[in-house]
Amino acid sequence: MSPPSQARDGAGQATVDVSEELIATLKKKAVTLRKHIIRMTHNAQSGHPGGSMSAADIVTALYFHVLRVDPKNPTWPDRDRFVLSKGHACPVWYAALAERGFFPVDELLTFRKLNSRLQGHPELGTTPGVENAAGAEGQGLSFSVGLALAARMDHKPWRVYCILGDGEQDVGQTWEAAMASSKYGLDNLTAFIDRNGIQQEGRTEDIMPLEPLAEKWEAFNWHVLTIDGHDFRQILAAIEEAHRTRGRPTAVISRTVKGKGVSFMENKIKYHGAATSDEELKLALAELEAQEASIWP
Amino acid sequence: MESQRTYFGRALVELGRRNPSVVVVGADTTESLKSIEFGKAFPDRFFQLGIAEPNMISVAAGLAAAGKIPFATTYSVFGSAHTYNIIRQNVAYTNLNVKVFCSHAGLTVGPDGATHQINEDLGLMRGIPRMTVLVPADGPETGKCVAAAAAMKGPVYCRFSRTNVPTITSMEDEFVIGKARVLRDGSDIALIGCGLMVARCLEAAEALKRAGIKARVINLSTVKPLDVATIDRAARETGGIVTAEEHTVVHGIGGAIATAIAANHPVPMAYIGVQDVFGESGEADELLHKYGLTTENIVDAAHGVMKRRARSE
Repeated sequence: MSPPSQARDGAGQATVDVSEELIATLKKKAVTLRKHIIRMTHNAQSGHPGGSMSAADIVTALYFHVLRVDPKNPTWPDRDRFVLSKGHACPVWYAALAERGFFPVDELLTFRKLNSRLQGHPELGTTPGVENAAGAEGQGLSFSVGLALAARMDHKPWRVYCILGDGEQDVGQTWEAAMASSKYGLDNLTAFIDRNGIQQEGRTEDIMPLEPLAEKWEAFNWHVLTIDGHDFRQILAAIEEAHRTRGRPTAVISRTVKGKGVSFMENKIKYHGAATSDEELKLALAELEAQEASIWP
Repeated sequence: MESQRTYFGRALVELGRRNPSVVVVGADTTESLKSIEFGKAFPDRFFQLGIAEPNMISVAAGLAAAGKIPFATTYSVFGSAHTYNIIRQNVAYTNLNVKVFCSHAGLTVGPDGATHQINEDLGLMRGIPRMTVLVPADGPETGKCVAAAAAMKGPVYCRFSRTNVPTITSMEDEFVIGKARVLRDGSDIALIGCGLMVARCLEAAEALKRAGIKARVINLSTVKPLDVATIDRAARETGGIVTAEEHTVVHGIGGAIATAIAANHPVPMAYIGVQDVFGESGEADELLHKYGLTTENIVDAAHGVMKRRARSE
């Protein structure tokens, strides 16, 4: 798919001129992914719904508008690469891959079960479309650097998109990778930081303060954008700006809400790593279905 | 006495000439490892990533995922222990074509002391599923490890020495990953060594010959996958084994061999290696002497194994 046509206002707030239809389609798809996330983690009675839902809109924008990938040929050499560094959020990845046609949607409910292709954390080579193994935090950006260097060596136009958690900003290797990315001026690499503000045991600012985060990435010589990670126009504009940026990788600090889309899960530390109960499942799905119905056109 | 690193650097350049997919990543130790030679010959395929070994390993994994054959090069303590879970998750679990080649293994790093003398890397690496683990005995074999690792698909860990080592193989000798090579035949006892201890096994065999004992010497340059057939044959045909490694005896080649023969044909064994302690500063030979890794230690252990076997007969 081609990148969106875009325009920017002068106030630093990125916006993009895309059709209402496209935005509505993406919004609906994101709700579909969230419903899958809820069902998958409920069925497994484990997994990480909160951080999957916070990243759902970014993943939707990438898989349903930006990435050049071929579900029928998942290892097509010239595909764009999507790397999920925050591997615990794999329900959103699996949901997007299934909806994009990489494997049957029915298979989603095998998540975390014995003999499933959908492991509790991503495994390379098992799940069609999965590009990296992640679980131990902080390795995905380095892996993305290797991919981006390879694309450049081969003069290939494919790009690398990596989603990091904000908890992963605690990990030293993230910053090793940040330095290497800017040393080599990897403008074919875009990193989204899912800034939902919550990690396993609490608020990021209580566990290990990250702010000022944008300034940190700027100090590491990245081109840095800060957006609302649930606003498709801002997500698409950020990607467009990353594509236009030469000589530097782009970090998109995406302000998000953990558990986004289900009111009783939003901003709750508990839902980092807890599935819904049977009763909560019904409430969550009802809320998401109401959202789906309200999206126009 | 020759430098394994010199052979390593030369082999990397030769490989780079033959195969444009080969790339090298380094971590501020590339001059010491001679991997800089590759960087001079192919600057576009060489990445200096600084003192950031976890990043270096994951970058190598990303390069491999895009079809490159990356050699990640540094000192053994950083290329195994410091990066253990990176190698586990990003290289072995992913089954990517990353070759981790490290010098400065074991006690013979010398004056730098225990922080740099890793005697635990073989155990760490052979415990990881899918890993191939190589320990070349000398310079020529180090070069062959480079070519053989590139020719196979999948993750490889290879460790060699900072110190110069005697050359005991020739460039013409066949080298096959997974095959242990019998360097000297004998039927009274088997001496199985890896790395710089293989030369000491050969010296020990010569000393044992003077006492009328015919020792078989086996160069175990592949620690994993273990050549069980050759080891099993040695157990059956000699009836006793001494292992020799510049590594802790807790989980090195001695343990690997004992596990293998215990399931098939158990025989009395002795284990020459570092005895579950840290090293210290000193010259390479002084350290091998103090920590019990000399030719004499191997000879004594061989006599001990033969006495135990005689008592049980």
